[in-house]
Amino acid sequence: MVAVKETVEQVKQLDVDQYRYGFTTDLEVDKAPKGLNEEIVRFISAKKSEPQWMLDWRLDAYRRWKTMDEPQWARVLYPKIDFNDSYYYAAPKKNAAPKTLDDVDPAILDTYKKLGIPLREQEILAGVQMSKVAVDAVFDSVSVVTTFKEELKKAGVIFCSISEAIKDHPDLVKKYLGSVVPVTDNYYATLNCAVFTDGSFVYIPEGVRCPMELSTYFRINEKNTGQFERTLILAEKGSYVSYLEGCTAPQRDENQLHAAVVELVALDDAEIKYSTVQNWYPGDAEGKGGIYNFVTKRGDCRGANSKISWTQVETGSAITWKYPSCILRGDNSRGEFYSIAVSNGYQQVDSGTKMIHLGKNTTSRIISKGISAGKSQNTYRGQVSAHRKATNARNFTNCDSLLIGETCGAHTVPYLESKNASAVFEHEATTSKISEDQLFYCRQRGLSAEEATALIVNGFVKDVLQQLPMEFAVEAQKLISISLEGSVG
Amino acid sequence: MSNITPLKTEAEQAMIAQGASIAADRKPAFARFADSGLPHRRIEAYHYTDLRALLKNAPPPAQAGGKVTIASPLADIDAYKITLVDGHYEASLSSTLPQGVKLQSVSTLADDGADEKGVLSPDPVIALNAAFSESALDIEIAAKTELTKPIVIRIVTTGAHASYPRVRVNVGDAAKAFIVETHEGGVSGSLIDSVFELRLGDHVEIDHLRLNLVDQSATVLTTFGGAMGRESVYRGHNFVMGGALSRHQIFFRFEGEQSKADISSASLLNRKQHADSTLVVDHAVPECQSREFFAHVLDDESTGVFQGKIIVRPGAQQTDGKMMSRAIVLEDGATMNNKPELEIFADDVACGHGATVGALDEDSLFYLRARGLPKTEAEALMLRAFVGEALEKFEHDGLRDTLESLAEAWLKARSA
Repeated sequence: MVAVKETVEQVKQLDVDQYRYGFTTDLEVDKAPKGLNEEIVRFISAKKSEPQWMLDWRLDAYRRWKTMDEPQWARVLYPKIDFNDSYYYAAPKKNAAPKTLDDVDPAILDTYKKLGIPLREQEILAGVQMSKVAVDAVFDSVSVVTTFKEELKKAGVIFCSISEAIKDHPDLVKKYLGSVVPVTDNYYATLNCAVFTDGSFVYIPEGVRCPMELSTYFRINEKNTGQFERTLILAEKGSYVSYLEGCTAPQRDENQLHAAVVELVALDDAEIKYSTVQNWYPGDAEGKGGIYNFVTKRGDCRGANSKISWTQVETGSAITWKYPSCILRGDNSRGEFYSIAVSNGYQQVDSGTKMIHLGKNTTSRIISKGISAGKSQNTYRGQVSAHRKATNARNFTNCDSLLIGETCGAHTVPYLESKNASAVFEHEATTSKISEDQLFYCRQRGLSAEEATALIVNGFVKDVLQQLPMEFAVEAQKLISISLEGSVG
Repeated sequence: MSNITPLKTEAEQAMIAQGASIAADRKPAFARFADSGLPHRRIEAYHYTDLRALLKNAPPPAQAGGKVTIASPLADIDAYKITLVDGHYEASLSSTLPQGVKLQSVSTLADDGADEKGVLSPDPVIALNAAFSESALDIEIAAKTELTKPIVIRIVTTGAHASYPRVRVNVGDAAKAFIVETHEGGVSGSLIDSVFELRLGDHVEIDHLRLNLVDQSATVLTTFGGAMGRESVYRGHNFVMGGALSRHQIFFRFEGEQSKADISSASLLNRKQHADSTLVVDHAVPECQSREFFAHVLDDESTGVFQGKIIVRPGAQQTDGKMMSRAIVLEDGATMNNKPELEIFADDVACGHGATVGALDEDSLFYLRARGLPKTEAEALMLRAFVGEALEKFEHDGLRDTLESLAEAWLKARSA
């Protein structure tokens, strides 16, 4: 079946020439010299006044990276990246260590205002917002401000930039940094280890339910600059945190590199919910410019009964290479992945997830919806594996994709690997396997099979998306109403 | 680290040495193989079957004149028989063919899988066959020929050597035939790398059975390349029981509109067997329909691999493709790797795939046992039903009975 008219129109609103965040902010910046070498790694470390162990860690990563090759297996095509042709550090000059929001360069505040990101706590409290959100705003290579720090501190929650964490909480950083995504993990992750500049650090103490949503907003502003952020979230026993991430970049003709690493650790009974609205500049209608988004995100359900849930809405980037994963190590732990990826213009998306079942009675669920239009290519790539000892592991995967027009492509590449006789994995693209009971219930009330299925799946995704705060949810909300009609594979 | 050229393994070195005196027309294929070496896990299509690691040695190529000592598993079936012994055509073990069917033994066949245009894909296992295959069978089924009996092509291996059987069947327009390909024999140390090419015209109706019954200690790599014209029907059946290490490749392409292909497979594996089923169905033209059903039963420490891919090319509108893979893992030591892929470049299509991996359903087992069946019998009953799904589409009663009794024997051996 072909896509219905409403869907076509909704996707058009998200087309590459409709990009609303493409403006630039003129600022005086402090930059590292162009290029990538050991000196640059030392330069970044010195700029951040990092301790020796951090510098050694970076240098070790850089030396390893030199011996590695770019991965070729993803379904994305792009000219070879010249890693020496960009800046690895750029920070607004006027922003040297602001104490309060008033010290921050008004031009930067203005930028966030334009993007609709609330940085002033009193404004947030004024009542327009649905719920309170603490924001860490990362501008090019530095975190400019983190809101609600004091209020969070009262609950024992640490929410700061990773640079501050390296200084103020070195034991936690030393213990967990690189413990989920090892330095040697992959080409881009290793590069990130060497040159990461800023990102967020979250620590939720035992038994604490984080009193508000935490979020980081990433903005690339400078020309020719790569952004390499690093996020580390630790949830102690019995704690809960919901974290969200948003990203945009100005419209430029050259491609910019973004290679982030996100590590999550959930101990016994802890739960981490991580949501992303990725809206990097996708390039223009001719496929010129746009962000190369090579991201490694991984959560480790280290404790028993822990839970990690990834939700992503992907509409931006010229190239997306991203597989938020869960290592289900603790017994009874649970991993979830909900994704909506929309590609337009010449965008190329190769995204999905990995669910690695190691512990007993671990469960995972993957719901992925890909929509491709224009001349874009949209690939779902996901791996589900059960280790020999993962008794009673369960997975359910459902990925649908929708094509709009004859010049785009939608692809599905699932990997299901089971080494345990009691593991049950189900992967489906057909709609018949959604809970028969629910389907029956809906059909009894007069809905057709397709309407019933759409209702169930949309309701399911909606559940997750509705929990995103308003300012992030606009795009997301638009997408969920998209009909399942005409979906394939 | 690909900037460091990996050393050739012992098997690769031996194969390259064997190719030193190869005939000139096979040199390009040999060069392609020598260049890439044996495929390994970093080559995506061989991720789960790392031949560089799994193939420890390269036996010498077989000479003509091997003696066949085993009886055909299909001896009772009334069929036209063609026998290849160690890759060489054996006239004394072959029957006279009916009118409309011509057979020729030639030294080489044109399509060596050098590019995407041929029926065979660029693939190192095909290149290896093209390099070393010294004789090939070219079979022609004339247009409008309707065969009443199956053509059984026995591919027999007699010893610890390497054989490279190569068969091509051209089927003319509006012909109807049943072609069976059986892989038999072999010992520990045998390497069989066979390539079977099927070119189908318009309005044909073809059944094709591939049977892997080689010894459980041999290595067998089989490739089937098919291309079909318009308004035709292809029914492919695959049955895998043999080989310590085996890979069964299927590359099927629709070249004419409104055709249908139905491909099914059942693999019964035990001990340390490793069997890989790799399938690529290429919808190059609009309005075709394909159905794929692959079943794996994995016992002991066996490993099953299913890699299936449906490609819908730009413009291949109204394509209807459905792929299903089901696997039953009976023991914790067994492994199933599933990769059902879709690659779609047209918007008005209905394609789907499903894959399941799991144990036998506990509730059903309980139900049967509550009715007095011992555990092994209850399991056998359920497995029979599971495998039956792949066999039921079979329209030739005699052959279906043979397959069912082979499956039965496998289940009996398991319960014993």
